[in-house]
Amino acid sequence: MKVLVPVKRVVDYNVKIRVKSDGSGVELSNVKMSMNPFDEIAVEEALRLKEAGKAEEVVVVSVGPAQAAETIRTGLAMGADRGVLVKVDGPVEPLGVAKILKKIVEDEKPGLVIMGKQAIDDDCNQTGQMLAALLDWPQGTFASKVAPDGDGVSVTREVDGGLQTVSLKLPAVVTTDLRLNEPRYASLPNIMKAKKKPIDERSASDLGVDAAPRLEILKTSEPPKRQAGAKVGSAAELVSKLKNEAGVL
Amino acid sequence: MATLLLADHHEDTLGDATAKALTAAVQIGTPVHILVAGKSPKGAAEQAAKLEGVEKVLVASGDHYAHGLAEPFTALIIGLMDGYDALVSSSSTTGKNILPRVAAKLDVMQVSDISKVEAPDTFERPVYAGNALQIVKCSEPKKIVTVRTAAFQATGEGGSAAVEEISAAEDPGLSSFVGEELTKSDRPELGSAKIVVSGGRAMGSAEKFKEVIEPLADQLGAAIGASRAAVDSGYAPNDQQVGQTGKVVAPELYVALGISGAIQHLAGMKDSKVIVAINKDEEAPIFQVADYGLVADLFTAVPELREELAKAGK
Ligand SMILES: Cc1cc2nc3c(=O)[nH]c(=O)nc-3n(C[C@H](O)[C@H](O)[C@H](O)COP(=O)(O)OP(=O)(O)OC[C@H]3O[C@@H](n4cnc5c(N)ncnc54)[C@H](O)[C@@H]3O)c2cc1C
Ligand SMILES: Nc1ncnc2c1ncn2[C@@H]1O[C@H](COP(=O)(O)O)[C@@H](O)[C@H]1O
Repeated sequence: MKVLVPVKRVVDYNVKIRVKSDGSGVELSNVKMSMNPFDEIAVEEALRLKEAGKAEEVVVVSVGPAQAAETIRTGLAMGADRGVLVKVDGPVEPLGVAKILKKIVEDEKPGLVIMGKQAIDDDCNQTGQMLAALLDWPQGTFASKVAPDGDGVSVTREVDGGLQTVSLKLPAVVTTDLRLNEPRYASLPNIMKAKKKPIDERSASDLGVDAAPRLEILKTSEPPKRQAGAKVGSAAELVSKLKNEAGVL
Repeated sequence: MATLLLADHHEDTLGDATAKALTAAVQIGTPVHILVAGKSPKGAAEQAAKLEGVEKVLVASGDHYAHGLAEPFTALIIGLMDGYDALVSSSSTTGKNILPRVAAKLDVMQVSDISKVEAPDTFERPVYAGNALQIVKCSEPKKIVTVRTAAFQATGEGGSAAVEEISAAEDPGLSSFVGEELTKSDRPELGSAKIVVSGGRAMGSAEKFKEVIEPLADQLGAAIGASRAAVDSGYAPNDQQVGQTGKVVAPELYVALGISGAIQHLAGMKDSKVIVAINKDEEAPIFQVADYGLVADLFTAVPELREELAKAGK
């Protein structure tokens, strides 16, 4: 089985972002970019399936600007076999990404697509579900355990009330949650090796996909700042303030 | 501009999330119909019919609707969408699982996790863990929207909508339910509790988490939350994670114990009315959002706090 892992280049999760003062968006120049953390978890899971003999090949794919090749290299350095970069300038929404990924899936014919549940920049949590819909494949979202067996895969999902396990027919789309695994660091030899691994370049127009955004972002602003309050000296003072000043007890 | 609202429910009872998502749904377009799909969700449907401003409740019953699986739910909803201009649900894990699947089938881009309805086609939504707010205009032929329930008041009762049984759609047979492990608790639900007590990595073990957090939560009648570090370490179950990629809460009082205040955690609780933090590091970022901060070792401070609360009649 081949596993396809879509990975997104996003602002690193440690960066405190700045909203541009003209309201046109978030400052992205000279900001550290990384692979979306949920996608690292997806790459790791695919590699573990390969190491367990349940997958033969791991292909990482990214939709984005030329620099998204760096994100693909990160996946290759972790151990993925090859990459596909679909070049698109400007923003692409989950629906556009899902349409592009559908074309790649039709080319590559993976048995399983593992991707992040959520990109930490747009916080959309849509692309995996959309890809599954477009392919008419089952979906196992927010996975904390993935166990392929035969022509199916069992997925344990993190849901509001606890955990739910479902069984999906393969091929399927799985999206990762935080507890699925702890992604490995790329070793130096593997980083060197990754430089020689192939990255195939495509564009949305070669694939015949119209990925133009559908939603219009009218304005981006900073949320109202919360004022830090006061330090209290003791538990007694805390209770008295909560009762008499805040009125929440 | 008729709107279909997908209910969150437990068969006999309707989740509070539905009443909150309804508040947004009414602002997007009326009449609003609520879809209650489940094994046999009569109780939930009756409660939905009592919500103010609902015109009709559609009930679909069937074993394949018992567990919120996206594939059969999508087939059901697609069959109904000709009659609606908008589809709304809460940003529950069920809503997040199902709505994008419906959206893609309809070739529509979804608007996720809205925090305000500016106009029927214009929404506010947080991005980058709530560090930026976008105003998004959606001109899609049908609007598909999930709602951040912590940002909306629940709609009250007082309605008496018609309840109509609709026929189930066929199960596409792509997925099946195997089992579940639900966290049992008599405490208030995290998403709707007035008070939340949360613990972080500082708890050190599942036993300590239980020993420190539970009695305090019980004393305050609070729900229990946790940071990602506490969940990853196995101190608390996954459904208690508060944050960017967990639950978003906005209670009257949020008490953070041994939580540093990473942006991903703040994303889930910074809209709480009053925030209390107990942390032994006076530089911890949580103090930048806390209304009342106590720099102390929580293992001594929490017992003292419980004593003081008892004195105050709690
Ligand atoms: C993709 C992604 C998604 C994430 N999503 C979430 C999310 O949804 N929710 C979330 O919470 N995090 C999330 N995180 C993780 C987040 O970045 C932090 O790592 C996490 O919130 C830290 O948890 P913590 O505050 O419990 O632990 P720490 O940061 O380790 O803080 C522990 C705190 O306890 C204090 N302390 C220690 N001992 C004591 C004591 N005896 N008494 C008092 N104080 C003490 C310390 O001073 C410290 O401030 C996410 C991260 C990523 C990358
Ligand atoms: N531009 C992209 N290129 C590759 N994968 C993407 C892209 N955008 C989103 N994804 C995948 O879809 C997941 C969910 O993203 P989102 O729906 O935007 O929250 C991410 O974790 C990625 O796995």
